[in-house]
Amino acid sequence: MDGEELTEQETALYDRQIRVWGADAQRRLSKSHILVCGMKGTVAEFCKNIVLAGVGSVTLVDDRIVADESLSANFLILPHENHYNGKTLAEVCCDSLKEFNHMVHVAVETGDISTFGVEFFEKFDAVIISCCSLGKKKLINRKCRKLSKRVAFYTVECRGSCGEMFVDLLDYKYSKKKLEETIECQIEYPSFEEAISVPWRALPRRVSKLYFAMRVIEQFEDVEGRNPGETTIADLPGVLKLRKELCETNSLDESQIPDALLERLLTDTREFPPVCAIIGGILGQEVIKAISGKGDPLKNFFFFDAMDGKGLIEDISGPSTRS
Amino acid sequence: MASQEQLSAIKRAKVLMVGAGGIGCELLKTLALSGFQDIHIIDMDTIEVSNLNRQFLFRQSHVGQSKAKVARDAVLRFRPNISITPYHANVKESRFNVDFFKEFDVVLNGLDNLDARRHVNRLCLVADIPLVESGTTGFLGQVTVHLKGKTECYECQPKPAPKTYPVCTITSTPSKFVHCIVWAKDLLFAKLFGDKNQENDLNVRSSDTANSSEHSEDVFECRKDEDIERYGRRIYDHVFGHNIEVALSNEETWKNRNKPRPIYSKDVLPEKQTKENGNKEKGCAADDVSAMVSLSLKNPQDIWNLVENSRVFLEALRLFFLKREKDIGNLTFDKDDQLAVEFVTAAANIRASSFGIPLHSLFEAKGIAGNIVHAVATTNAIIAGLIVIEAIKVLQKDNNNYRMTYCLEHPSRKLLLMPVEPYEPNRSCYVCSETPVSLEVNTQRSKLRDFVEKIIKAKLGMNFPLIMQGASILYEVGEDLEEDMVAIYAANLEKALSELPSPVTSGSVLTVEDLQQEFSCSINIKHREEFDEEKEPDGMLLSGWVEAPVDKDNNKPIGNDESTSNALPSGETLEGEKDDEIQETSEVVEAFTGKKRKLSEVSEVTAPDPSGPSSINQNKPKKLDIDDEADELIISDDWESLTKKKKL
Repeated sequence: MDGEELTEQETALYDRQIRVWGADAQRRLSKSHILVCGMKGTVAEFCKNIVLAGVGSVTLVDDRIVADESLSANFLILPHENHYNGKTLAEVCCDSLKEFNHMVHVAVETGDISTFGVEFFEKFDAVIISCCSLGKKKLINRKCRKLSKRVAFYTVECRGSCGEMFVDLLDYKYSKKKLEETIECQIEYPSFEEAISVPWRALPRRVSKLYFAMRVIEQFEDVEGRNPGETTIADLPGVLKLRKELCETNSLDESQIPDALLERLLTDTREFPPVCAIIGGILGQEVIKAISGKGDPLKNFFFFDAMDGKGLIEDISGPSTRS
Repeated sequence: MASQEQLSAIKRAKVLMVGAGGIGCELLKTLALSGFQDIHIIDMDTIEVSNLNRQFLFRQSHVGQSKAKVARDAVLRFRPNISITPYHANVKESRFNVDFFKEFDVVLNGLDNLDARRHVNRLCLVADIPLVESGTTGFLGQVTVHLKGKTECYECQPKPAPKTYPVCTITSTPSKFVHCIVWAKDLLFAKLFGDKNQENDLNVRSSDTANSSEHSEDVFECRKDEDIERYGRRIYDHVFGHNIEVALSNEETWKNRNKPRPIYSKDVLPEKQTKENGNKEKGCAADDVSAMVSLSLKNPQDIWNLVENSRVFLEALRLFFLKREKDIGNLTFDKDDQLAVEFVTAAANIRASSFGIPLHSLFEAKGIAGNIVHAVATTNAIIAGLIVIEAIKVLQKDNNNYRMTYCLEHPSRKLLLMPVEPYEPNRSCYVCSETPVSLEVNTQRSKLRDFVEKIIKAKLGMNFPLIMQGASILYEVGEDLEEDMVAIYAANLEKALSELPSPVTSGSVLTVEDLQQEFSCSINIKHREEFDEEKEPDGMLLSGWVEAPVDKDNNKPIGNDESTSNALPSGETLEGEKDDEIQETSEVVEAFTGKKRKLSEVSEVTAPDPSGPSSINQNKPKKLDIDDEADELIISDDWESLTKKKKL
């Protein structure tokens, strides 16, 4: 090892996880910079996980003022007026996160993330966005992809008992040990836009229904100009209509996107803490893998539904990037 | 968000958590956020630095304090109006009896040892309270649900028992590094620094010569006026040189094995060891004493060579005598005792060197010697989420939807989180189905003490047993026993089974009870003359008691202690590959193929399957209807194909 060895403090604190991913990976983590936008419950969980893991820095973006409902699934916000009165979500979460690990630099960035220039994103190794409109997701993803440096991109969304996560690692190369030798692996990821543009009929059979359902809801919110999660049961007819159109365009049978599922996603929009913990955990693992370069990253969507208890990976990519 | 019914069930619920560690912190947080308002939590541990990478409710300033209490305080900060009752206590204490357990709607375990889990399992069965069990190791984890009479209990399925090694492997013929660690820790370290009155097999050799044992007792004592350095070299030469030479003299042992080579200190470290390190020790507090510091060996991940290991051995020994004299004679190995870890690492490495076994770093050695389980926050968070989901179902008595969920490191058929229907109780389970077990033993040779320690306590998990044959009590423990009874029982322990006041012979049936667990079981005794020393080192064979196949021998942590993931193979690092993934899944699958049926098939009556755990479930499992689409649960379809890929 070169002179950049882990300090005694790091070795003591990180002992148990170094036994999982090794000292090299820990070193790489400690040099990494993570950007997080949209501080709801799931993202709070994720941030807790990566701060504990010992990343170099975490930058939070969320200018929304803390409201009562912010507390429902976010343990970083203490319900004392003094603690959160008038502050933004990013500010309050930043204060709490710092406590988990003094070796991690946690900071706030104010402003609308969609207005930040491409150079802004260059500072980071991974960008995670949540509570964002379809347009914003595509935009940020595009900006990250413009950089010559590889910036990992993730989106995460939890509604009621369901959760969805998307990963874009661009052209990802990593090595792993197979038996006694080291093999080089390479995975090409589609952008978010490319992924969701893959015609539904071109996807493998038995792709999770949740994928399609989320796309319908996503489009509906986009068309109606709603913020993510701003839907009610009254929207069901509109959503069903949209489903019909989309299914016709894509030659997909409507039964592949059940009414009951759409209804749940429309009405159950608040985060459910157990699902936040699960998705926040999976996301945490993925970011750690991508930063450390150790472990097979998932490609490229992850879904969880507490109703059936399955946590599954879907590879939604065109023929050029299909694994 | 949870539905209205769910919310009211949650609000009314009284929940018991056992364990406030890795899983416990995540679980308490998620329960509180989910709306639970009355939580009790038991944990006997205090906070250590190595906990802080994942037990996020704790801070550096909390080190040394009670986990249960600090966890409670931390959670109340963001949910001030709920009730959390902490108990800084061992769950096995008598106050946590059946009446205590009956107060709760559900029990959620976040434990790190098999013994406590079995204890809680038995109490939940007697109290008839649902239990949600869980465990994690590295990236692996699982959550299981246990309801008396409806599903398997925690003990219906085989759990890997703590690994033990035959005495001769440790004392004479080690072939793996872990054998060297056990030797260094349980024999050499214990002999030099532990209780001198304890029996110690350190000088046991394949061929014991008559006069050797008495003489060698003196070898380990430091002689009056003996220079510490000389003493250290003398010990070194005795265990790594002389003892090896003696072992080599028995040709039989080495016929089919590689011979070890004796190592003498003069060959490795020429005599002149200057005392230049004297100055470094000034102002060094007893606790911080370290051979590595003294020798400027900075990196615990480095693998020292023979010379370095020898230096550490001698220096550690010297520092023990110089700086920690008062500890000598009472020490047991503690993984957080830096000097002890250094000594054991060095000793194990020198022995390994002698036997041609690869050397290991202090970091690795510490993990093996200390049974350290590698752990990260993310897996615990995922498992905690899954536990709460099951707990809510339990509260709503949602009987058809309980699931066991496995969190995998590598996806199996796209699944990272794999739900499986629970199985109905194992009709041969001696815990929940009260089936008798059988014991083969040499009733004329084996003593009651062996029976109590190795079978009753170690295998059957009964810590406060009452053993009877018919109406005769052979042995019991208790606080209010009469003196003469205590004497009789003490005497009985030293007697061979066939020589007990009520003789135990072939055909005897013993009843064993543990009053604390309110659990009893029958044991049918069968006499057998001979036992294989390697395969049956205890000289006793228990059957009808479900035991996991013996773990493959490798450098994994020895015991089950500290391992929280019991049903799964202990975690590997991130190096995965297709074959491993299938192996991993098939081991998961293997764990519950066999005579068990899923809950949904209970309506049929079938004869018990006489074959062992490796047989494939012949009944085609019923599909789990999730929604109107009759979406198949991936697992049920693929049992057969997954098990066919099983590597054995």
